[in-house]
Amino acid sequence: MAAKTLTIDGKQITAEEGETILQAATEAGIKIPTLCHLEGVYDIGACRLCLVEVTGTPKLLPACTLKVAEGMEVSTDTERLRKYRRMTLELLFAERNHVCAVCVANGHCELQTLAYSQGLDHVRYEYTFPKWSVDNTHRLFGMDHNRCILCTRCVRSCWHIEGAGTKNVSGRGGKSRIITDLNQPWGDSESCTECGKCVMSCPTGALFKKGSTVGESVRDRDKLEFIVNAREKKQWNA
Amino acid sequence: MSKRIVIDPVTRIEGHAKISIYMDDAGNVADAEFHVVEFRGFEKFCEGRPYSEMPGITQRICGICPVSHTLASAKAGDAIMSVSIPPAADKLRRLMNLGQFVQSHALSFFHLSAPDFLLGWDTPPASRNVFGIIAANADLARAGIRLRQFGQEIIEILGAKKVHPAWAVPGGVRSSLTPEGRARIKAWLPEAFATTKVAFDLWKKTMKTHGREIQIFGNFPSLFMGLVAPDGTWEHHGGKLRFTDSSGSIIADQVDVANYKDYIGESVQNSSYLKSPYYLPLGFPDGIYRVGPLARLNVAEQMGVPKADAELKLFKKLGRGAVTSSFLYHYARLIEILACLEYIERYMDDPELSSDYLRADAGINCLRGVGASEAPRGTLFHDYTVDRDGLLKGVNLIVATGQNNLAMNQTVAQIARYYVKGNEIKEAMLNRVEHGIRCYDPCLSCSTHAVGQMPLHIQLIAPDGQVLDEKMRG
Repeated sequence: MAAKTLTIDGKQITAEEGETILQAATEAGIKIPTLCHLEGVYDIGACRLCLVEVTGTPKLLPACTLKVAEGMEVSTDTERLRKYRRMTLELLFAERNHVCAVCVANGHCELQTLAYSQGLDHVRYEYTFPKWSVDNTHRLFGMDHNRCILCTRCVRSCWHIEGAGTKNVSGRGGKSRIITDLNQPWGDSESCTECGKCVMSCPTGALFKKGSTVGESVRDRDKLEFIVNAREKKQWNA
Repeated sequence: MSKRIVIDPVTRIEGHAKISIYMDDAGNVADAEFHVVEFRGFEKFCEGRPYSEMPGITQRICGICPVSHTLASAKAGDAIMSVSIPPAADKLRRLMNLGQFVQSHALSFFHLSAPDFLLGWDTPPASRNVFGIIAANADLARAGIRLRQFGQEIIEILGAKKVHPAWAVPGGVRSSLTPEGRARIKAWLPEAFATTKVAFDLWKKTMKTHGREIQIFGNFPSLFMGLVAPDGTWEHHGGKLRFTDSSGSIIADQVDVANYKDYIGESVQNSSYLKSPYYLPLGFPDGIYRVGPLARLNVAEQMGVPKADAELKLFKKLGRGAVTSSFLYHYARLIEILACLEYIERYMDDPELSSDYLRADAGINCLRGVGASEAPRGTLFHDYTVDRDGLLKGVNLIVATGQNNLAMNQTVAQIARYYVKGNEIKEAMLNRVEHGIRCYDPCLSCSTHAVGQMPLHIQLIAPDGQVLDEKMRG
């Protein structure tokens, strides 16, 4: 494959053709904030946290789906990007009921960590306080829609790592929700293999092991990458 | 009824409240009422949450006694799982509760109440506070603050945080006592005992000069309720309920906390967000009962530890049957601090507190769970109803301060009748009325809640609404 030469944040780098800006930046040691991205599953560019600026393009583009091109000039950390990232995070917090202090993921939550790193100390938008339920019908796991940010990591790991296809999305916009099978209680799902990959992939406290208390949800996401590498590359490197 | 005096808010208590004093045409106090002006609604918004999250959520009810809520909540969770928790977990929960008693009682005694009886009722309000104590006796103030810190450090050593530790969980606790933690507590104990001795000496002098306060600060017959061990020993986390009357006779004993509704009714008044529980068999308002340190010492036959038992004997001599003066809550609080220190000392030689078998595991085995634990202010009940998936369908919390509501009303009326007369408001006389509330060390954020802070505002209001006299402070 041909190599492409490009600039990210003023740094000249070389990347393989077909790689994304996110991959190229990560290899070059440049950190771009992500939320819906998960190692081991394909990217969908949904959360807009990894937006970057490309010289000559007025639009902001998601680094996780943008492919490298020869001579590209990319900026990952500008005033404009910081403004939009903050706004995106604030909207996520305002959209559902995120109460960090009593959340199972407190201290291990990617949304919370990102908010800290982006200096988010308050939310300027009005909280919508929607009424969402908790699905605790599964024998082992629970799903709290109040904490879901609709990143669909769980859906992608369920379909493309486990291959069960239990998790899906129903509805539109902010009213979308993660469902199991044909929108039935998780405990009634016939396709769920109880593998727990969805729980491992969740960035927030939306998916959790039943009985978890404050701050107890520590995710083992490396395991997902391990399985994918083992299957696709025949590499069993833990 | 010609006038109404409003004390709003009552200061040096945990929460927001006001007192109304109603005067008759002759300028005498006709009645007085204690209103809690906070509202929170935890019982409602917890509905739908998994029961396992409740120890984390309900402890946010309060920043002073989060431990009490998290422990009662974890106990309710144990009941839903229908498990006996590992013995080490029970001991560790008890150790944290003892730390909680020490810190909360030290706060009540040294920071909130002592300014009144050590500096004097008539000290100007600007210096009648913990800073006044610092100015008058820096060593005493420092010792009191350090004693509170000792209790808080125990909570932090176990739960990693002084306030709102995520530690007690349905089925047990999340971590044990580390060797470093044990060493720290052990090293601090002698100082804590010494401070308690100083407090006892001060209190005994105070009792000699405050005979009138003992007589009129909430001195009336009532029932008393608290948890006791099977042999009638003082309990704080476990045991069963005992009710005694003012003659000291036991009227109900070894009541399983799950059956509290057979013994406790809850009445609602329009004037306050605080419900008024009463002893059901006697009805409302005759079923008035008190909880907290005074009640626990009245219902207990012994403390179970030698130094506190010696003090309990002296305490019991102050009443014929039960000790009925609410001013003696302060004394009871000190005896409890002493007992807690002795129990903590005992635990320091118990190797089981270092065990790593700390958590029982089970699913939903019972659709209702009641957990009760003694909070510093009295017996705290968490009563949860869940569906088969463990989501809350109903929550009923009966907190200590609520149970003292009727007694607090009676106390402010008794003090007001004695001190408040005529058309002119004297700040010091109203301070005495407020102190009637402070005796109970009420925690109003626990019993209800709202946010915000108001300066003290007292109004003397004529029947036509005209403000005759007014005082502001804060």
